[in-house]
Amino acid sequence: MLTVTELIGGYTREMPVLKNLTFEVARGELFGILGPNGSGKTTLLQMMSGILPYHSGEIMLKGKRLQDYRTKELARVIAVLPQHSTQAFSYTVKETVSLGRYAHQKGLLQSWSTEDEEVVQKVMKQTGVTQFQHISFEQLSGGEKQRVLLAQSLAQEPEILFLDEPTNHLDLSYQKELLDLMKRWTKKKDLTVISIFHDLNLASLYCDRLLLLDKGKIQINDKPNEVLKRERIQAIYQTEIENRPHPNLPKPQLFIVPAHLAEEQEALVINEQYLEVTDKWLVLKLPIPLKTLSSGVTGTENGWYKTFVNCHAKLTYDCKNPRKEMIGYLSSEGFNPSETVGMITDVDVQTVTACFYEEDNISTFIVVTAGKGDVVDTSRVVPSIHTWVFVNGCLSEGVFIQGLITATEAKVKALHDCGAETNTPSTEASKDSILIAASQRGTNIRHGESMASLDKLVGTGVYECTLLAMKNSGWKDG
Amino acid sequence: MGDSKIDKILQNNRQLAYILAIAFLAVSMIVGISVGSVSVPVSELFRIIGKEAFHLPLSTEANVMFTNIVMKIRLPRVVLAGLVGASLAISGAAFQGLLRNPLADPYTLGVSSGASVGAVVTLFFGLSLPVIGLFTLPLLSVLFSFLTIFSVLLFAQKLDRSMKVETIILTGIIFSSFLGAFISLMIAMTGEELRQIIGWLLGSVSMRGWSYVGIILPFFIVGAVILMLNARELNALSFGEDRAQHLGVNVKQRKLLVLIAGSLLTGAAVAVSGTIGFVGLVIPHFTRRLVGPDHKHLLPLSMIIGGGFLILADLISRIIISPAELPIGVITALIGAPVFATILLKRRRIERR
Repeated sequence: MLTVTELIGGYTREMPVLKNLTFEVARGELFGILGPNGSGKTTLLQMMSGILPYHSGEIMLKGKRLQDYRTKELARVIAVLPQHSTQAFSYTVKETVSLGRYAHQKGLLQSWSTEDEEVVQKVMKQTGVTQFQHISFEQLSGGEKQRVLLAQSLAQEPEILFLDEPTNHLDLSYQKELLDLMKRWTKKKDLTVISIFHDLNLASLYCDRLLLLDKGKIQINDKPNEVLKRERIQAIYQTEIENRPHPNLPKPQLFIVPAHLAEEQEALVINEQYLEVTDKWLVLKLPIPLKTLSSGVTGTENGWYKTFVNCHAKLTYDCKNPRKEMIGYLSSEGFNPSETVGMITDVDVQTVTACFYEEDNISTFIVVTAGKGDVVDTSRVVPSIHTWVFVNGCLSEGVFIQGLITATEAKVKALHDCGAETNTPSTEASKDSILIAASQRGTNIRHGESMASLDKLVGTGVYECTLLAMKNSGWKDG
Repeated sequence: MGDSKIDKILQNNRQLAYILAIAFLAVSMIVGISVGSVSVPVSELFRIIGKEAFHLPLSTEANVMFTNIVMKIRLPRVVLAGLVGASLAISGAAFQGLLRNPLADPYTLGVSSGASVGAVVTLFFGLSLPVIGLFTLPLLSVLFSFLTIFSVLLFAQKLDRSMKVETIILTGIIFSSFLGAFISLMIAMTGEELRQIIGWLLGSVSMRGWSYVGIILPFFIVGAVILMLNARELNALSFGEDRAQHLGVNVKQRKLLVLIAGSLLTGAAVAVSGTIGFVGLVIPHFTRRLVGPDHKHLLPLSMIIGGGFLILADLISRIIISPAELPIGVITALIGAPVFATILLKRRRIERR
């Protein structure tokens, strides 16, 4: 559809903005152009839409050189949705949209045909601006104006639509609506969309392919998954970035890391000083939230939590809806439920075992409650165990999972060694729970040696603490 | 608020707007011809025009004095005023659209200064070229205005090859100031021609006769036709040049066409009547309020209303301190400035709402 070959252009011949670009866009593609400010995105778009001349190279549109198109002819193939538009005079919405038909009108008098009228009505409907058609353009809100301009561009019935940061003035739902529409049209009507994006995450979600520009050169031209790598984006945008997949889609999403948070990170060592034990509960209160993976009653979403509570439940405890009850209980006791991981145990929490382990600059704080508990199960006696593993360090997701595996294995081994069964498939309130949380500061523990050290600490720690806790609670073999 | 209701009705009913505008022009013409130091009755007026212009076989003989007044003095004067007003108003509307600036007028690009230099030079040196004699002034004036607009465009192109409107406006201002200084210089050095020069600069359509109508008419027809053929392009251009190009307008070519056509109209108008201010600024504004900004209707309606307006202004200029005459530019400014201020105020209020 559109082929760019060895394109050089912009400003002067000696200092071109674009330095030798070669790429191709296929029909029906949604093609994103990314790059930091000043990388030449807009210049490229202006050249491809015929506004700016270029020094050398070639832009071929449907097999014909761009310069060989007459202006009107080009406007029937290419339409451009501008970032913003100001009118010197207040045309009505319909007059504005009708201008999109300019390239299709023939003859000296350029009369308005029924086809023109039909197309205008159709695109106004598609963009949802029909109800404004007699209102002046200037009276509309930013989002409505953008939709009118989109209608104007669509009235050109283009084969390629260029967008320059289309979501700039739109609120969240319109951003989605616009891009959904574009996506649908690329699929259904074979429209080719070439768009500049500032928002890398939107680009990742909607584009088939991304072209990443840096200082006028192509860094990479590939699928979003390949383009939006953490290291690449950090290097090109020169900023701290984290990269995670979208929760429901196999598309990468990027997260900036604010400088004030990155700087204020004084070392935090999680240990006994934060732990508080009463007869009602066991609480670990921290000044900063920890990245936490946990099972339990509340705070089970993968997220960041500051307070960790394990409540002692009475025999009369009604566990029909423990989650809702727990939230109510936490609020009434002055905890913020959205910042708190809550667990319920039937073991006397005062028999808790908490130990701090440190080796090779890596430290972990392990808290275990274990024991028979108050729940009377007539068929068999099983212990109830709640394991908390806190790590002072910055873990990758793999290490989190490895930690869970290691802690579970250690627990099972400890139980086996004191001759007990595990309790996992029991009712919700009294089942075993585990959490692993990390401050995400200090030592990086991502793979290799550091991961092995941590593994060893967690394995030993959980094993020892579980044994000790069992003993404390007065567990007697069988 | 009654006003804006009328605006709405006219915007929705363009035919009515045209009828009203033509009626306004017709009434202005009739009043302009019949009123004056010697009143010509309207019935007599129709008879004279029917007989002299259309050679209708009318039975009654018209009054010879009335016939002379109408055919030799009043009618050419009214027609000339109408053509000048129409030229200024349509080129003002086109320039405002092209330059995307509602404050632009036909004089923005320095055309009028060029034409004025030509006229002032003629008066100052008492030039009278052989063969054309009395027409030395308008012809030199037209010539100078064309020289000016081409210099402005050439210079603007030197500055910026894409000829952005901002560049053109700036160049126009530079040339205007420079030529204005020339005019001031000649005024300062002049002796007895002072009154004549000032009078010409303030504008007048008196005692010109049919020959001046003949000078402006071809320019008027060519200019107005070119502008009206570019109405849709002007609509697109008021969204910005890049946007217009994306919509399929050959911006460079169309811009040049509009500039040249507008300058033809302005240069010719200034040449025959001097610099008459405010018509090219106020009439397009007023018309835009009546029918909206669509140039397809804005251009012809501005033309019609501008013609009628200048005929009335001329009428006032000759009867207000009769038997003496005021320069017509004084009248247009006296009417135009307050009207313009009112329009701006109203627009502001609407915007704030």
